[in-house]
Amino acid sequence: MPQGIWVIAEQKDGKLKKVSLELLSKAKEMGQEVTALLLGSGVEGLAADMGQYGADKVLVFDADVLKDYSTDAYTKVICTAVKEGDPSVLLGPATASGKDFLPKVAARLDTGLASDCVDLKLEDGKLVATRPIYAGKCVVETVTPDSSPQMASIRPNVLAVGEADASKSAEVIKKDVNVSDADLKAVLKEILKGASQKVDLTEAAIIVSGGRAMKEADNFKILWDLAEALGTGTTVGASRAAVDSGYATHDMQVGQTGKVVNPNLYIACGISGAIQHLAGMRTSKVIVAINKDPEAPIFQKADYGLVGDLFKIVPLLTEEVKKLKAQD
Amino acid sequence: MDILVCLKQVPDTETKIVINPEGTGIVTDGIKFVMNPYDEYAVEEALKIKEKSGGTVTIVCMGPQRSTEAIRTALAMGADKGVHLNDDAFEGADSYSTAKALAAAIKPLSYDIILGGKQAVDNDNAQVYAALAELLDISHVSIVTQLDIADDGKSAVAQREIEGGAKEVIQVSLPAVIACQKGLNEPRYASLPGIMKAKKKPIDVIDLAASGLSADEVGQKGAKLKTTKYSLPPEREAGKVLEGEPAELAAKVVKLLREEAKAI
Ligand SMILES: Cc1cc2nc3c(=O)[nH]c(=O)nc-3n(C[C@H](O)[C@H](O)[C@H](O)COP(=O)(O)OP(=O)(O)OC[C@H]3O[C@@H](n4cnc5c(N)ncnc54)[C@H](O)[C@@H]3O)c2cc1C
Ligand SMILES: Nc1ncnc2c1ncn2[C@@H]1O[C@H](COP(=O)(O)O)[C@@H](O)[C@H]1O
Repeated sequence: MPQGIWVIAEQKDGKLKKVSLELLSKAKEMGQEVTALLLGSGVEGLAADMGQYGADKVLVFDADVLKDYSTDAYTKVICTAVKEGDPSVLLGPATASGKDFLPKVAARLDTGLASDCVDLKLEDGKLVATRPIYAGKCVVETVTPDSSPQMASIRPNVLAVGEADASKSAEVIKKDVNVSDADLKAVLKEILKGASQKVDLTEAAIIVSGGRAMKEADNFKILWDLAEALGTGTTVGASRAAVDSGYATHDMQVGQTGKVVNPNLYIACGISGAIQHLAGMRTSKVIVAINKDPEAPIFQKADYGLVGDLFKIVPLLTEEVKKLKAQD
Repeated sequence: MDILVCLKQVPDTETKIVINPEGTGIVTDGIKFVMNPYDEYAVEEALKIKEKSGGTVTIVCMGPQRSTEAIRTALAMGADKGVHLNDDAFEGADSYSTAKALAAAIKPLSYDIILGGKQAVDNDNAQVYAALAELLDISHVSIVTQLDIADDGKSAVAQREIEGGAKEVIQVSLPAVIACQKGLNEPRYASLPGIMKAKKKPIDVIDLAASGLSADEVGQKGAKLKTTKYSLPPEREAGKVLEGEPAELAAKVVKLLREEAKAI
C-alpha cells in the first residue's frame, strides 16, 4: 500500500527556493507523513531546517553529478527512490527544472501527472489537483484513480508558506546516488546568464509590464526604474506586441504564449488588455493599468486604472514609491 | 535527416471558453481550430533542418478528423507527409495516453530527431514531449530557443530557457525530442503553390487497429489522469478608474496600493 507524501524540494545556489517551502506547507496540511527529497551537491546543510516547514524526513541525494540540473540524472534518482519508498503522493515545483523532469518521471513510473497546479487537497487518500487550462480561461479538477504515486507539480507563488516551527527538525537520511555517465544522454555544457539576472517573472512578487506603447527598447528603462524603487522581488515584463517589436526579450513575454504569472501586484503600462495577455496575468492579486485610452479593455480587469500618458505617469510613480519607501 | 514533428490542433487563442451543460468539457461548436502556436516553431525548425541537411519532414498528429486541416497547413509550409492518428478510441486522452499512441505510431518510422511544441495551449500540460521521449527511450530537451545539429547528425546542442532569462546550453545525443519555444525561429506562412502542393501530399491514417494498441491503453480509458470537474474562474471586476493630473494620479495610486490594497 503506497503511503505518505513526498515533496521534491528545489534549491538554487545552496538556498531552498520559496516554492519548496510552499510545497512543504501544503504537504503538511494533508496530515500524512511528509518526506522531502533534496538533490544537489553540498546541500545537506539545508535538510534539517526543512522540518520547520513540515518535513518529517528528508532524503538527501548529494553528489557531484547533481550539482547542476540534469533531466536524466534527476529522473533516475527520483524514480529509484520512489520505487523503493512507494509514496502515495509525489509533489514537485512547476519551475523550469520541475516542468522538465516531472513528466519524464511520471512516464517512467507509468502514472499520471497534474501539471502546473494552483491548489491541491487530499480526500480519503485521493489527491485532487486544481489546474488552469486554456491559460486560465477554464479550471479543472483532476484525480489519478488507478496508478501510483499520484503526482502533481505546483506553480510557484500560489500556495502560502506556513509559519516556521523552530522547535522542529527533520530526520535527515543520506541516500546513495547511482548515476553514471552512461545514464546521461543530455549533458549541460554551460549556463548563459540572463540579461537582467533579476527574479523570474513566474516567481516575482511585483511585475511592471510594458506594451507596444513603450515605442522603443530604451524606454523600458523607466519601467526598470520603477521596478527598482519597488524593491527586490520586482521585475519587468512585456506584452507580445512589445516583444515582437523588439522592445523586450522573449523571456519577458506575459500571456497565453508567454509566461503565466501571478504576482501580488501587476502594473500594466501601455497594454491594451488583449485576451491572450489577460490570460497570462489575470490571477495577479492586484492589477494597476496605465493607459491613455479610457476605453482600453485592460481597465475592465484592473483594480486601479490610471487614464493618462505612461511616459508622464510612470516616472512620477517611481518618485512617489521612493518617497513612501524612505518613510518606512 | 528524417525529421518528425508532433503537432496538435487546438482552439485559437482568441477563443472564449464555455463549459458544456453536462460539465464534462468545453463547448467546441463554432470554435476556430488552429495549429498549436508552439508547434509552428517545430514545423519551421524541421523545414530549416531539411533545407540545410536534406531529408524528409513527417508530421505526426493525433486528433479527430478536423485535425487534418492542421496537418495540411504544415504540409503547405513544406512538410512532406503526414501521419494522422484518428480514431474515436484516441479521444479524451491525457498526456500519458497521448504519448503512448504517438510512440506506437513513431516506433515503426525512421527518425533522427523529433520536434514538438513546449506546450499545447489547450490543456497546457507541457508533458507529452517528455513522456514520448521516455516511451521511446531517448532524451528530450524542453523550452528550446536555439538548436544546432552536429554535421554528423548524431548529436545536437540546444539552448533551453530557464528562470530569469538565463539559458542552459545542452548537448544531447540524437535521436531526441526537442520541445520548441518562441524565439527559436520565425515560422513561415504557407505560400499559394505550397497550399496547392499540400493537397497532393500523402497523409497516412492510423486507427486503433493500425496502432497495434488496445482500446484500454489509449484515449480516455488509457488516461492516468482523469478530469472530474470543469469550472470557469471568477471574472475579475473592474475597480476604480482614477482621473486627474499625472502627479495626482501617481500620489493617489501609491496611497491606495499601500493603504487599501496593501500591495506595496
Ligand atoms: C496565437 C497568439 C498568441 C498570442 N499570445 C500573446 C501573449 O502571450 N501575450 C500577449 O501580450 N499577447 C499575445 N498575443 C497578442 C495579443 O493579441 C495582442 O496583440 C497584444 O497583447 C497587444 O499588445 P499591447 O497591448 O502591448 O499592444 P496594443 O494592443 O497595441 O496596445 C497598446 C496600448 O497602449 C496604449 N497607449 C499608447 N500610447 C500610450 C501612452 N503614451 N501612454 C499610455 N498608454 C498608451 C494604447 O491606448 C493601447 O491600449 C497573441 C496573439 C496570438 C494571435
Ligand atoms: N494529440 C497530439 N498529437 C501530436 N502531438 C501532440 C499531441 N498532443 C501534444 N503533442 C505534442 O506535444 C507538445 C506538448 O503538448 P502538451 O504536453 O499537451 O502540452 C505539443 O506542442 C505537440 O508537439
